Amino acid sequence: MNQRIYKLRQDSLNAINTLSEERALIITRFYASGIKESVSTPVMRAMAFRSFFEEKSLCILPGELIIGERGPQPKATPTFPEICVHSIQDLDILNKREKVSFVVSEQTRKAFDESIIPYWSGKTHRDRLMNQMDENWKNAYGAGIFTEFQEQRAPGHTVLGDIIYHKGMLDIIADIESELSKLNFYQDSEAYEKSEELKAMKITAEALIMYAERNAVLLDEMAIHENDDDRKKELLKIAAICRWVPAHAPRTMHEAIQYYWFVHLGVISELNPWDSFNPGRLDQHLLPFYNGDLASGRLTKESALELLQAFWIKFNNHPAPPKIGVTAEESNTYTDFSLINLGGLKPDGSDAVNELSFLILDVIEEMRLLQPSSMIQVSRKNPDNFIHRALKIIKTGYGQPSIFNTDGIIQQLTRLGKQIQDARKGGASGCVESGAFGTESYVLTGYFNLPKVLEITLYNGIDPLSGIKIGLETGNPYLFKSMDEVMAAFKLQLQFFIDIKIKGNNIIEKLFSHHLPVPFLSLLIDDCIQKGRDYNSGGARYNTLYIQGVGLGSITDSLAAIRYHVFETARYTFTDILNALKVNFKAYEEMRNELIYYSPKWGNDNDEADQFAVQVFEAFYEAVDNRPSPKGAKHRINMLPTTCHIYFGKKTSALPDGRLAGTPLSEGISPVQGSDTQGPTAVLKSAAKIDQLRTGGTLLNQKFSPSFFEKEDGIKAITALVRTYFRMDGHHIQFNVVNVDTLRDAQKHPEKYRDLIVRVAGYSDYFNDLGKDLQDEIIHRTEHQNIANN
Amino acid sequence: MKGLIFDIRRFTIHDGPGIRTTIFFKGCPLRCIWCHNPESQRPEIEAIETETRLDGREFKKKLSVGQLMTVEEVFKEIKKDRIFSEESHGGVTFSGGEPMMQIVFLKNLLERCVAEGIHTTVDTCGYATPENYTDIAAQTNLFLYDLKQMDDQLHRKITGKSNAIILDNLKTLASLGKEIVIRFPFIPGLTSGTENVKAMIQFIKKLPGDLPSVQILPYHSLANNKYERLQMLNEIRNIPEVDQEDLLRTQKLFRKAGISILS
Repeated sequence: MNQRIYKLRQDSLNAINTLSEERALIITRFYASGIKESVSTPVMRAMAFRSFFEEKSLCILPGELIIGERGPQPKATPTFPEICVHSIQDLDILNKREKVSFVVSEQTRKAFDESIIPYWSGKTHRDRLMNQMDENWKNAYGAGIFTEFQEQRAPGHTVLGDIIYHKGMLDIIADIESELSKLNFYQDSEAYEKSEELKAMKITAEALIMYAERNAVLLDEMAIHENDDDRKKELLKIAAICRWVPAHAPRTMHEAIQYYWFVHLGVISELNPWDSFNPGRLDQHLLPFYNGDLASGRLTKESALELLQAFWIKFNNHPAPPKIGVTAEESNTYTDFSLINLGGLKPDGSDAVNELSFLILDVIEEMRLLQPSSMIQVSRKNPDNFIHRALKIIKTGYGQPSIFNTDGIIQQLTRLGKQIQDARKGGASGCVESGAFGTESYVLTGYFNLPKVLEITLYNGIDPLSGIKIGLETGNPYLFKSMDEVMAAFKLQLQFFIDIKIKGNNIIEKLFSHHLPVPFLSLLIDDCIQKGRDYNSGGARYNTLYIQGVGLGSITDSLAAIRYHVFETARYTFTDILNALKVNFKAYEEMRNELIYYSPKWGNDNDEADQFAVQVFEAFYEAVDNRPSPKGAKHRINMLPTTCHIYFGKKTSALPDGRLAGTPLSEGISPVQGSDTQGPTAVLKSAAKIDQLRTGGTLLNQKFSPSFFEKEDGIKAITALVRTYFRMDGHHIQFNVVNVDTLRDAQKHPEKYRDLIVRVAGYSDYFNDLGKDLQDEIIHRTEHQNIANN
Repeated sequence: MKGLIFDIRRFTIHDGPGIRTTIFFKGCPLRCIWCHNPESQRPEIEAIETETRLDGREFKKKLSVGQLMTVEEVFKEIKKDRIFSEESHGGVTFSGGEPMMQIVFLKNLLERCVAEGIHTTVDTCGYATPENYTDIAAQTNLFLYDLKQMDDQLHRKITGKSNAIILDNLKTLASLGKEIVIRFPFIPGLTSGTENVKAMIQFIKKLPGDLPSVQILPYHSLANNKYERLQMLNEIRNIPEVDQEDLLRTQKLFRKAGISILS
């Protein structure tokens, strides 16, 4: 990288994560002004958006090519008091906690204490949510049966399509005007709602143009005071770009990237959507601009690379908004899950890998930043050298990019009724979630603790950690006579808790629809404008709600152990096992050893265990899939954990697979840590036994030592592993390439490993920023070195 | 009929092309003193004490090593990773122990695989009745063939058997035009001498047909505790680690003679 990028990157790495009161103060002033009483909710939210971009401080850093910060400086992270207001105690925790902390200055603390907290107490979305949830929901939530994504963050989970590359905000405003003029107040009972929503959209589109102009004015001013002639020219050039986009459709790669970045800032400032925002298929969107710039001589390959690198740094400057409590535990990271997609297919179904796909892989390799996340989409039509190039980056232990099955994603999406061209424009976002980019709202609603449901079943409806009855009485477990009886009880219990979760989801969806529409995000996703309906009210062409299952490996091994030891070998009685669980295996160490080492385990291509993964998967699918929500969305399942397997582990007592109370559950659809002893092909065979095409994404983590990637035959073997897994409809695989000694040393000497990034689960993180339990867990995951070297 | 199998490993990528499943037969005519699979030597089922550790505590259990399996049972295991071997142009490798010691079982298995279009490799020490090689040659796509020590006296000392029949069998396979990879266990002080390497090169160059390539297998000391568990005589403690320069020199000698080295 050149000197400019080196410096910007270094500054980004060194920037301290701080909590900024700026946004909260602007929003509080706006709400307190009383304007909101005289306008409709969408218009009020649009005006709040405009206030923010009118009043926020501007930040243009020395040497920057792509400009715009959400906060007053890099990594100054706003809060969203209309969603959830942090208490002084929260601020202290954020300031002091060891991992994923945010520095809270005295000034910030004072602003919260004097104006933000007093205004918002009892009036936030979170307050409304908690008031609406019933006893069953609160019990299950408290016990760690499920989490709730929309408790501290807004629904988002969507990815931009190609709209901004051929339409400026002025073009979009013209579309809005056209829809407004078509409204029929005589026939259409929703005409008023539509007109308010459309007016709101227009206000936000104008606000973004205004924000760009503010930046242009500042750039002009900076140019006057700039002594360096080259930089002066650059500043004026960027000012001109800000005056062209977002108002008009971009003409150059620089304009296209800057336009996206303005839009990104708009989405992540309007509210705090989970998984921030994402340009999606970047190599597809930018290719025409890249080719045009090269042909006209506006850019060289090197200057295009520099622009992309500057773009990457902007993502890294924007950590996820601070999370607390359960939400922090389920996703404890600065990463905000903007996942760049490369490769895959074009809308016409042909191979989409292009020169820019490779150039962006160069950027990923050289930048080695926490954000953005990156992935490659692999279709059977994509060439092997694309995978090889990605594996060479993965081999460096950076944990990115991860690898996804395009053909599988398209089948998942078309199963759910998407047009095939829309499906081909899609991919995966967040961790591993499938979606149609630019046309779909696919909201993650919360993780679901599958092993905990088995645990509650084994205690006949009582949560052993609290002693409180939170579930159904599904039968005295001491009297279970067969696996069929165990499974029947489990399924009843599962249905009970899924019903609670879905009822909650359907209420929470309404809360956002009524109180917190997102007119700016709605501009960007088809067909919100045409429908005159907000993103949060079903305006998108496709609407999906996901519930993400966690702990498939743990529950599978637990059921397999019961079947094998109780109903097959009769080495133990059900009573023996239940008694051992109650005392967390104290004085039952011998039994625990048997359960761990001499039981069938998921991930070994052994049907004795795998049949239970399939049964649990099918039960989960049956309980969730296709259940409707008020805005017309359908519920679907996913299998991914982020860091929730740690949190759920803390909330789950001992399990029949020998797992001790409080320790992590298995993550994604990966085997229980250390229990896959038959090598990676067996893991993949097991994983492919669940019908992944009926999910919206699964997460599979495979750890390899770097030595495995050193030789050409290793790279080829891994490529074949990936291709074969995808032939079996596997959704996603990620390789964690790092050796255990390095990790142990990093634990001992964190100071030496400030740049060590590891794959956690669906994302990468700085090893040092992980809690010790998560660090331990990563060390513990099966090493495949011995297999590789046999 | 049943064969005695001591292990089946999946995702082996160094025992022939692509992703393979390797079937380890139990029983071997040689007693190479560096053998890293000592539990594969005796042609019988053995009880072996296995330890598992949990929270610092050790749990011991006698487990039997070696399993009698039918051709169909073994083939079922091979088929499990067929989709991977197809994708990677891999297949199955019969190793050991010494697969040739169970020639009828081996031949049945090979025929089963060939009938289903699965690429077959036989990994052999070369010490077997000559007709047995001609007997399975047609069903075997690739031979991984061990050459250890060219000096017969030394060969007897370090493996327990003469090398005469081994060298003859190799000539036979070469004359049949079979694809062969020579595997050379590079054991410091026992096989690593320049004289041995030179004699081996000479022998290989005189083989009829295409020049086989050579894979050098540097000695590693992983097997020490296996010997302890098996309560077998462990003579390998005194073997030093491989000298990397020595290894590079040896590779150079092969290459200079026009023999390609597989890594």
